[in-house]
Amino acid sequence: MKLKEIAKVLDAQFITEAMDADDLDISSACSTDLMSVVLYYHSMNCLLITGLTQPSVIRTAEIACIKCIVFVQGKNPNLQTIELAKEKGIPLLSTPHSMYSVSGRLFQAGLPSSPEK
Amino acid sequence: MTPEINGNVEGSFQLIGGNFTNAGEASTQLKMKLFEFGVDDAIIRRAAIATFEAEMNVIIYAAAGQLHYYITPENIKIRVEDMGPGIEDIEQAMQEGYSTAPEWVREMGWGAGMGLPNMKRNSDEFMIESVVGEGTTVHMTINLNE
Ligand SMILES: Nc1ncnc2c1ncn2[C@@H]1O[C@H](COP(=O)(O)OP(=O)(O)OP(=O)(O)O)[C@@H](O)[C@H]1O
Ligand SMILES: [Mg+2]
Repeated sequence: MKLKEIAKVLDAQFITEAMDADDLDISSACSTDLMSVVLYYHSMNCLLITGLTQPSVIRTAEIACIKCIVFVQGKNPNLQTIELAKEKGIPLLSTPHSMYSVSGRLFQAGLPSSPEK
Repeated sequence: MTPEINGNVEGSFQLIGGNFTNAGEASTQLKMKLFEFGVDDAIIRRAAIATFEAEMNVIIYAAAGQLHYYITPENIKIRVEDMGPGIEDIEQAMQEGYSTAPEWVREMGWGAGMGLPNMKRNSDEFMIESVVGEGTTVHMTINLNE
């Protein structure tokens, strides 16, 4: 699923304008506020749905090869987080919807859960 | 610095307890190094996850530590040792969901009790030693050729 489509389904705004972000192809998603759970999932083109906004989320995403992060409930990360995301080339999105609603919308749109191994 | 001996590469990073700002830097650099060597993406990812979890535990629980890596054509060996409180019951600590992380750590998204299980799961060989009051050492080996 293209990131452009994901943003539309979630009424989300891009916080960072990563290069070619619109055409980024996402194949699965994972919703959590636990960093080790992000690291538990095994998927290469995964989207992270979270309510946590500190820089360590970006670090974790990078290590886990997460392609994009969606912040739920209108949360906006601080400047430090945004700068780090830019440096790592990870696009950030913010949506007004809750984690449950975001997950439901994407699942319904055909985006599967990231495989647990 | 990464001295190269007979095609083998080794290096180390100092880790400082409580330093969340640079947390993950050692793992990121190791990841880049493996990428330069043309290591398979899935193996790089496993090594990065295992290293990052070990790095985070030092930052969260210990005063200071060191991460050492040694890469050969066959495998990568990672040793993470710290000067920290040590672990009293290793078997209990290895269980998924067991965590003593304080509230402020949980607020940052850590403390699921999945770190040690994640390290074990992503490495081909895993060993942990700990002395209460002295520190903890984690040894991990990840094979580069499946
Ligand atoms: N280096 C260490 N020094 C002292 N205690 C440790 C160390 N590493 C782990 N522990 C102990 O083992 C427990 C389990 O560690 P583990 O990494 O599996 O989970 P966690 O750090 O609590 O949560 P998570 O890693 O999922 O964020 C910790 O809560 C802590 O009590
Ligand atoms: Mg941990």
